[in-house]
Amino acid sequence: MTAGDEDRLVVDGLDVRVGPVGLLHDVGFRLRAGERVGLIGESGSGKSLTALAIMGLLPEGLAASGHVGLAGTDGNLLAAGDARMADLRGRRVSMVFQEPMTALNPLMKAGDQVAEVLAIHARRGGSGGSGRDRDRRALDLLDAVRMHEPDLVRRRYPHQLSGGQRQRVMLAMALANEPDVLICDEPTTALDVTVQAQMLDLIVEGARERDASLLFITHDLAVVATVCDRVLVMYGGRIVEAGPVQQLFTAPRHPYTRGLVASSDLDAVDAAGRLPTIPGVVPAAGTFPSGCVFRTRCERATDACAEPPPWTGQPDDGHACIHPYDDAPATP
Amino acid sequence: MAYQLLVRTATFVVTVVLASVLVFGFMAILPGSAARVSLGVNATPEAIARVEADFGVDRPLPVQYLDWAAGLPTGDFGTSYVTRRVIGPAIVDRLLVTSWLVGASMLVALVIALPLGTLAAVRHQRPSGTVLAGVSQVGVAVPSFLAGLLLIALFAVKLRWLPSGGWTPPARDPVAFLRGLLLPSLALGLVQGSVLARYVRSTVLNIQREDFIRTARSKGLRRWQALVRHGLRNAAIPIVTVLGLQLSVLLVGAVVVERVFTVPGLGSLLLDGVANRDLLLVQGVVMVLVVMILAINWAVDVLYTVLDPRLRARA
Repeated sequence: MTAGDEDRLVVDGLDVRVGPVGLLHDVGFRLRAGERVGLIGESGSGKSLTALAIMGLLPEGLAASGHVGLAGTDGNLLAAGDARMADLRGRRVSMVFQEPMTALNPLMKAGDQVAEVLAIHARRGGSGGSGRDRDRRALDLLDAVRMHEPDLVRRRYPHQLSGGQRQRVMLAMALANEPDVLICDEPTTALDVTVQAQMLDLIVEGARERDASLLFITHDLAVVATVCDRVLVMYGGRIVEAGPVQQLFTAPRHPYTRGLVASSDLDAVDAAGRLPTIPGVVPAAGTFPSGCVFRTRCERATDACAEPPPWTGQPDDGHACIHPYDDAPATP
Repeated sequence: MAYQLLVRTATFVVTVVLASVLVFGFMAILPGSAARVSLGVNATPEAIARVEADFGVDRPLPVQYLDWAAGLPTGDFGTSYVTRRVIGPAIVDRLLVTSWLVGASMLVALVIALPLGTLAAVRHQRPSGTVLAGVSQVGVAVPSFLAGLLLIALFAVKLRWLPSGGWTPPARDPVAFLRGLLLPSLALGLVQGSVLARYVRSTVLNIQREDFIRTARSKGLRRWQALVRHGLRNAAIPIVTVLGLQLSVLLVGAVVVERVFTVPGLGSLLLDGVANRDLLLVQGVVMVLVVMILAINWAVDVLYTVLDPRLRARA
C-alpha cells in the first residue's frame, strides 16, 4: 500500500510474534482524515494487539514487524525508538483503554492526570504555559466531555469516580492535545449500558470536532453500526473482511463475518429457541490452522482452504475467502 | 485524614498500655525474689522482708504496676535492685546507640535494595537481572551474626582497615564513630538489604505491568519516566510495609550483632540484665523495645494514609 494524500495512518504487513508464535499476520489498513473505522472480532482475534503495536506499547516479549506510517512523520513507527514514539503518543496518536478501573493512576487526582498530558508535550514543544494554565485547560477538557461538576471531579481520585466518569477522564486525556488519530479499545465494554450511549456520542463528537481519524475496537456490532463508516473484521490475527458498515452488515461475504452478524441478531432463534452461534471456540494463540484460519469452524470449508486465501477486492472493500457468500443472508 | 491520624494514635496508646501490663505481668509471675537475689542465699527472713519493703515489692501488684507505669512516660524506669542505680539514664544512653546502629543499617539496606531491586526488575529478562536476583538470594541466606564475623575476619583481622568492635560517641570523635559504626551496620544492613531487594524487585515487576503505567506511556512518557512518575509512589506502599517489618527485625537483630561487635546498645544492656538477674532493668528494656516496635507500626500506618488516598476515606 502506498500512502495517499488523505491517509492519516497506514498499516501495512503488520506481524506480531512472541518467540516463534505468530499473533498477527500481515495486518494492513489505512485511516483517512476524519474517517471512523471499526475493528471487530471475537476476543483473542488480535484487535487490541493491533492497537498496541501501532502505539508502540506491546507487552514485553512481543515483537512487531511490518510498516506503520503516520501522516506528517517520516519512516516506520515500528522502527522508532521509545523517545520518538513517546513524543507522538498523547499528541499525534492517542488511545482510550478498555479498563477505566485500572487505567488511571490510583494515587493521582483526575485533574492532574489530564493536566499531565498537556504538560508532557508542552515541555517537549518548548512552549511553556504555566501549571495554572494547564489546570484551567484540564478543567475545560473535563467540561468538554460533559462531566457534571468538573471542578469537583478534577480534585477527586479515581476510586472516588464512577466507571463512566473515569472513562470520560481517559477521553479528556486522549483528546487533550488534539490528536490526528484516536484509538479506542473497547471503551464502553466495562460501562453500564445506560452510560455507554453517552460515551459513544462523546467519542464520535470529540473525534469529529478535532477532525481526528478514529480506530474503534469493539466486539459489539451494534456499536460499530452507530459509530463507524467502515469496518475491518479480524479473526486469528488476520483481517478477513473489510467494507463499508452498511454493506458489511447487510451482505457479509466472509463466513466468519456472516456468523458474527447472525449471532448479534437477538431476534433470530432456531426451532429450539436458541440464538445462532458460530460453532466451536477461538483457538488459543499459535494454534490456529494453516491456510484459512477460520476453516476449522467454517461450514463452507473444503480441502482448498488449506492454502492461505488471497485477498479479493479492494484493500478497503474485500475479503479473504475462496468460498464467499455473494447474497444477503436470508432473514428468518 | 486528621480523623485517621487520631484513630491510629489512639490505637497506639491503648496498645502501649496493654503491652506495659503484659510486660509487667510476665516479670511478676517469674519465680524468685529480687531481694533474695540481691542478698544472697544466706539472708535471714527479716533481712529479706526489710529489703522487700525497701524495694516496694511487698505492696500489692496493681499498686506496684501503677507506680512503675506512671514513671514510664517521664523516662523513670525505677531503681535497679541489683546495682541500686536508677535505670532510666542507662536505657536512654543505650537506646541512642542502638538507634544509630539500626538507622545506619536501614540506610545500608535501602542504599543496596532500592537501586539493585529496581535494576533487577527492569532487566529481569536479561542476564544481569538474573545475576542480581541470585546475589540477593545468597544475601538472604546469611544470618547477620555470621555476616558480622566474616566482616570482622576480613576488614578488622586480615586487612586491619576497621576496628573489630567498640563504640565511640559521635560527639567525642566523629571519624572513630563512623569507623566503629560501619562494620556492625554492614552486618545488619547487607542481610536486610538482600531481603528488601527481593521485595523491591517483585514490586517493581508488578508495577511495570500495571495498566496505569501503560496509560502513562500512552500519554507520552518514556518507559522509565512512567515508572518513576507513576510507579514509584505506587511501589512505595508495599515497600513501606516491608520496611516497617524490617525495622522491627533490625531492632531485635541488633541484640545479637551488638554482642558480636561489643557495641554498648540496648541489646547488650538487655543481655547484661538477664545475666545479672536484674529484673527491673530487663522489664524496662523490654518495654522500650515493645514501644519502639509499636511506634514503627504506627508510623507505617500513618505513612499509608499519606501515600494512598484510598485509605483516607472515613468508611
